[in-house]
Amino acid sequence: MEHVTAGNSFAALAYLVAGVCFILALRGLSSPATSQQGNRFGMIGMAIAVVTTLVTHIPLLSGDVGLDGDRIASVSAFSIDWIAFLEILAAIGVGAIIGVTIAKRIAMTAMPQLVAAFHSLVGLAAVLVAVAAYLNPMAFGIAQMVIPMIGDPFAVINPVSKVEMGLGAAIGAITFSGSVIAFLKLNGNMSGKPILLPGRHAINLAVLATILLLVAQFAHSQDAWPFWTLLALSFVIGFLLIVPIGGADMPVVVSMLNSYSGWAAAAMGFTLHNTAMIITGALVGSSGAILSYIMCRAMNRSFLSVIAGGFGAEASGGAGGEAKEQRPWKRGSADDAAFLMQQAEQVIIVPGYGMAVAQAQHVLREMTDKLKEHGVRVKFAIHPVAGRMPGHMNVLLAEANVPYDEVFELEDINSEFAQTDVAFVIGANDVTNPAAKTDKSSPIYGMPVLDVEKAKTVLFVKRSMGGVGYAGVDNDVFYMDNTMMLLADAKKMVEEIVKALD
Amino acid sequence: MDFVSILSIFVMACFVGYYVVWSVTPALHTPLMAVTNAISSVIIVGALVASAAAGFAVSKWLGLAAVVLASINIFGGFAVTQRMLAMYKKKERPAAPAKQ
Repeated sequence: MEHVTAGNSFAALAYLVAGVCFILALRGLSSPATSQQGNRFGMIGMAIAVVTTLVTHIPLLSGDVGLDGDRIASVSAFSIDWIAFLEILAAIGVGAIIGVTIAKRIAMTAMPQLVAAFHSLVGLAAVLVAVAAYLNPMAFGIAQMVIPMIGDPFAVINPVSKVEMGLGAAIGAITFSGSVIAFLKLNGNMSGKPILLPGRHAINLAVLATILLLVAQFAHSQDAWPFWTLLALSFVIGFLLIVPIGGADMPVVVSMLNSYSGWAAAAMGFTLHNTAMIITGALVGSSGAILSYIMCRAMNRSFLSVIAGGFGAEASGGAGGEAKEQRPWKRGSADDAAFLMQQAEQVIIVPGYGMAVAQAQHVLREMTDKLKEHGVRVKFAIHPVAGRMPGHMNVLLAEANVPYDEVFELEDINSEFAQTDVAFVIGANDVTNPAAKTDKSSPIYGMPVLDVEKAKTVLFVKRSMGGVGYAGVDNDVFYMDNTMMLLADAKKMVEEIVKALD
Repeated sequence: MDFVSILSIFVMACFVGYYVVWSVTPALHTPLMAVTNAISSVIIVGALVASAAAGFAVSKWLGLAAVVLASINIFGGFAVTQRMLAMYKKKERPAAPAKQ
């Protein structure tokens, strides 16, 4: 397979070009202005990789493949298995139709679950490729044919390839089942609450250790059972790992699964000696890892504590906000809010997951238009973990036509709250809680938060006073003198404010 | 290619990935996830090899199934990224007075 011929080195170069295109695709995302060009680079890279593979692996009629799995030197039109070729093109076509249809129809608020679903497909594809490589190793050039004196010839897979294949299959399977659980949680088919099994850490560690031992055993012996067992266990561990993690920790989980899908592709790239797959795998793997890190940092929690799961379950189970005495708070109406914001010089809007749930982004944009007509300066402040995936709020605001230069990250805008007349919090809670700065006993202590309480007035849109945020802690901002609670569905409340602004 | 040269490419690519991804603006983190998801479907290369290989039917059908899954991801991933990126707009300059 690895004979150095003109065709082979051409293919290797083409895969390298594809890999570089993928690097450029990510590079383009450094600013919205270059991002679409970047995406086109990604498409070009993928097209190069697919066409190169199709050209160098034209299906041949079985009689023309030598015993050692090598292709015969000259390929004539008669030796090409056209039916098999058409089957492949049909498979691509079916995938293309399904993919494009989904991409066109999906609502922007459903992006987190869509990404989770896509991750599961990559994982499953990696598993299928690994199994196919295991069953037909000669086609992948990872085995030598042994012709014994007696009996049929059989393929012996290289031990290194077996380790790569075993790991690829395992990571793929974990990505698949983990992403399915993440999808069900994000899509609301499964409760977002953490589900805690007794002794889960011990079970998980034992299963992971067993998987690694099985990979070693598989490399050593090429028996069938270690391969299938490790595959089955990997599906189980993917499930066990994600089930105990709560809904609002999903940004970390989705990023982590993103990372895994990359490592799975890289492992299969090692098996196939394919540079495009290895470069891509490394890019995607590090991308997901960095996003997980950014999300963890934004919650001031360690990656391990997120992965261990159970956050929020203990806090709300204990003596939470209910036991505290009732503190006085002020309720405002849409008219009050409209009046206050109309008078303001600057308003900063802090959106959170609640805005996404209520689908309030479009009407929110209408509100900002009205305010601008009154000469008010409007800015948006985004906390890194607002929403259910990294950058979730930014996409929703972009969908509602909010210009991206009016949307600011936490560290860029936090100092401005002190000079702001109105902070308008909609569907966010924990990310505004000053307890993170002052109360050492709070579960969110140390998490960077938006200093909304420093604004002259805080308007807090919330469905009711009863509910607490994900972390299960009360928010002192509710009870401050300069806070006015706007208790209603986020979308309805903003609609009323828009009416009042007319 | 021997294992060490492949490993070198991998390690270098990890470093490239590290620096490139840190330079991605946080506002585009969701499109970043969508596009990384699309490009990780380069696993389709393995699927194509499996489905083009003669001689072992099960392996070929597994390969074709993987081709379908990876294609959904490739086309869906790039299309949805494109859709998202097209929404990111700068502030309109006062050149649009028709809005009254």
